[in-house]
Amino acid sequence: MSAVSPARTRYDCVVIGGGHNGLSCAAFLARAGRSVLVLEASTRLGGAAVTREFAPGFRVSAGAHLLHQMSAQLIGELELEHHGLQWAAQGMSTVSLAHGAAPLTLGPEGQIEGQGIAQDLRAYPAFATQMRRFAAALNPVLEKTPPRLGTDRWSDRLNLLGLGWRIRRLGRRDMRELLRIGGMNAYDLLTEHFSSPLLQGALGFDAVLGTNFGPRSPGTVMTLLYRLAAQFGSSTRGVALPKGGLGAVSDALAGAARKAGAEIRLETPVERVLVADDRACGVRLHSGQSISAGAVISSADPKASLLGLVGAEHLDAGFVRRLTHLRTRGLAAKLHLALEDLPMFAELPPAAHGARLVVAPSLNYLEHAYNHSKYDEYSQAPALEITLPTVCDPTLAPRGKHVLSAVVQYAPYQVRGGWAQERTAFTRRIIDTIAQFAPGIRALIRASELLTPQDLEQEFRTTGGHWHHADLALDQFFMVRPVPGATQYGTPLAGFYLCGAGCHPGGGVMGIAGRNAARQVLAQAART
Amino acid sequence: MNESNNPTSHFRQPLLLTPFHDRARALSQVDSFVPWAGYTTVDVFTTMEQEYFAIRNATTLYDLTPMVKYRIAGPDANRFLNRLVTRDLRKLKVSRVSYCVWCNDAGNIIDDGTVFRLAENEYRLCTAERQLDWLLDSAIGFDVQISEVTAEIAALAMQGPTSCAVLKQVGLAGVERLKPFEFGNFEVAGLPIMVSRTGFTGDLGYELWVDPQQANALWDALMSAGRSRGIRAIGSRALNIARIEAGFLLPNVDFMSAEGSIRIGTGRSPLELGLGWLVDFGKGHFTGRRALLEQQRRGLRRQLVGLDIAGSKPALNALLYTDRTGRKEVGSISSAVWSPTCKRNIALAMVEAPHFEVGAMVWAEVYLNRELVWERRMCRAQVVEKPFFAPERRRLTPPADF
Ligand SMILES: Cc1cc2nc3c(=O)[nH]c(=O)nc-3n(C[C@H](O)[C@H](O)[C@H](O)COP(=O)(O)OP(=O)(O)OC[C@H]3O[C@@H](n4cnc5c(N)ncnc54)[C@H](O)[C@@H]3O)c2cc1C
Repeated sequence: MSAVSPARTRYDCVVIGGGHNGLSCAAFLARAGRSVLVLEASTRLGGAAVTREFAPGFRVSAGAHLLHQMSAQLIGELELEHHGLQWAAQGMSTVSLAHGAAPLTLGPEGQIEGQGIAQDLRAYPAFATQMRRFAAALNPVLEKTPPRLGTDRWSDRLNLLGLGWRIRRLGRRDMRELLRIGGMNAYDLLTEHFSSPLLQGALGFDAVLGTNFGPRSPGTVMTLLYRLAAQFGSSTRGVALPKGGLGAVSDALAGAARKAGAEIRLETPVERVLVADDRACGVRLHSGQSISAGAVISSADPKASLLGLVGAEHLDAGFVRRLTHLRTRGLAAKLHLALEDLPMFAELPPAAHGARLVVAPSLNYLEHAYNHSKYDEYSQAPALEITLPTVCDPTLAPRGKHVLSAVVQYAPYQVRGGWAQERTAFTRRIIDTIAQFAPGIRALIRASELLTPQDLEQEFRTTGGHWHHADLALDQFFMVRPVPGATQYGTPLAGFYLCGAGCHPGGGVMGIAGRNAARQVLAQAART
Repeated sequence: MNESNNPTSHFRQPLLLTPFHDRARALSQVDSFVPWAGYTTVDVFTTMEQEYFAIRNATTLYDLTPMVKYRIAGPDANRFLNRLVTRDLRKLKVSRVSYCVWCNDAGNIIDDGTVFRLAENEYRLCTAERQLDWLLDSAIGFDVQISEVTAEIAALAMQGPTSCAVLKQVGLAGVERLKPFEFGNFEVAGLPIMVSRTGFTGDLGYELWVDPQQANALWDALMSAGRSRGIRAIGSRALNIARIEAGFLLPNVDFMSAEGSIRIGTGRSPLELGLGWLVDFGKGHFTGRRALLEQQRRGLRRQLVGLDIAGSKPALNALLYTDRTGRKEVGSISSAVWSPTCKRNIALAMVEAPHFEVGAMVWAEVYLNRELVWERRMCRAQVVEKPFFAPERRRLTPPADF
């Protein structure tokens, strides 16, 4: 930052947090001609969509590590590829690892390869196709601002009607099936369709990844559909790895925002939202400086935004109670390994090491892993989503070296004994689990880093360190996300908006919440 | 352990006894008791009329102990209360009391009550209903401690024109200097006592707050000092007449407590209850403020008003109509009484727009029981100013010596 020109202190819009949603919001606001300032507390942009060093010379996507939900439309609208977004891998397969047996591979278009599961090989493509049809019908639900209930606005009614119409248009059989399975749990659905534990486990894992659920928890078909619907919007890219890690997505978003005129300041934590005449009118920085704005949009999680930055005194008591009941405790951890060489996974051809590797060999394995978390224990046999990003993107590590990045479930926010004490044992437990499939890996480890939900909370400033900022569950979804009274990205405080993962459609690197929030800000300004 | 507080024996005595119970029982002539907030209290001692006339002509003792009391303390106590209630409490001074209402997010009243500022960071909140849950929810984000102290404080209402004189006689030097809504600490025969110039009768009167251990001593001292000034213990029925004359509302009688109502649309806002003067939009945010502003912007669809009704029969629970044909309903009566002092047939009623303006005329459907023969009467009712009875002496400081 230049020391000569005094920093500007008045903007149309101030965006709190330079996570990918904050940046997306800023880009859309700036493109609409607003003067926009993004304030990020950290030294880096991107929030949980970030690439950083974790051992000398080794870099990793420290939060999200696979891009599979970012809508192709948004990438196009903001010309992210023009702003430097490149792909190290697209349309990645998922490999479900087995103990001492051949793995099962699921391709991006419903392909399936595996041994000794002839029946499932036949059943899966039809299932995958049907799920894609559901995903296609539901995808617009995720991309649009949810309607509000009980209003007399036509846009809200049309929006609801549209949803009904899309489901109706699926045809009688599909519609009946969607309504039948919509409230089911993943375990019941998957055991109904398949007999292979590997296949069940891999699909069940998709249903619970990033949630507070096990495969038998109610509502897990909904979370599975959520994931698939978002994935559908990413068009043909499927599961992808941006070149340079997930931070590259944030960098491209920042590029788009800056190009449109937005200003971004790093290491500038916001301490308070300023309120005058019952309207958000700016922010006070940690440094004590104040910045005034016509609208303040926060990508921090809803609790931090409303209870922390705005403060209960500006909100009604019933609303505050609902906010405190918002479930925000994360259950996913991240493990990063710096490796001397590529670890060889048994029964996996070398070319397949760049795939998304899943350790969820059965639904019961997942359920057992989940059970521990209910009692403040970490999973004794955790479920893992492993990537070896350096297979497709060698720039992340010194020549010839590799990086392993794994999402680990389940790791409760609060563990009995405390994370300070349990950290080493859990790390060992995860590495032991990986070593069951890649026996030589221990000898290759040069450095490791474990991020528990508490660490994620610290690093990304998200209450509870939650993947979605707040649990994705029926009572915190769609029209009632994050809580009644703060839907459609607005809040009870005029001029104050939310734009992060805590809003519809939820977490995952999508940028939709940021974009929709920007649209609401612009529409509100047009209305008043 | 006190039998009434023993958690394993509560079924033997579902209603608690107040510290004044023995005295009350001794004076009760008609054995008429009613439950109130978990306590046994007196409905009538002798006759309602006798007790009522003592309120307006002499002085009365009313056992107020069951009124729910909360202690609110901590560095944020003032900010907490100011965000809780609709009134501006930022400048409430120590030793002052404020009558307040508080609302839910929708702007509907949860309860009304009085806030005493006991010290810089310590308050007492007296309410009709228990609501620790709401207070605790409201305390999220504020550095305050809240606890219920109902059983720790014995309270007596002493109301009526001779009340001040009796208090002086019993030794409360300087009590006459208390202004309405002010309180002070005194001594009666060496016992510390807090006295506030507050009450529920719209008359000259005080409320006395003491340690339950000293309840009987206080009662006895007042009764003997007040004998020459017509002191009398009263029950809830007589008080009810006085409070209607004074235009005071009762939760769950004149309005449903918002957090206790289930049906949609039964909540009532302070604006609708004619308590707009208690709502300060300029003091900063409070729960319900945005909803109330919106309601004000849209205009009121109904309002609670006073009615003066033809005839002498109390129009209890009567429905109201635009004309005597009774075809179009415009409201209903929640409290009604023949006012012995005003010599008017008065009522509190919720009336729909535009019929709630002072001077508007509506018709009340009154049912009369003539020796078990029921008659239906349409009575003219006029919207009038409240309170119905507001004597000068309720404000006069020092009060006149009777
Ligand atoms: C372990 C884990 C693994 C994940 N894996 C994947 C994955 O593989 N694929 C995927 O799509 N998604 C994944 N996710 C989810 C995804 O990372 C998040 O949902 C997403 O990054 C949230 O983006 P956001 O912009 O809404 O919020 P965030 O990324 O949380 O950004 C919020 C920003 O606000 C800043 N901030 C907060 N408070 C203040 C303040 N007071 N002042 C200034 N700045 C402030 C923070 O520093 C942060 O930069 C994962 C999440 C976790 C936790």
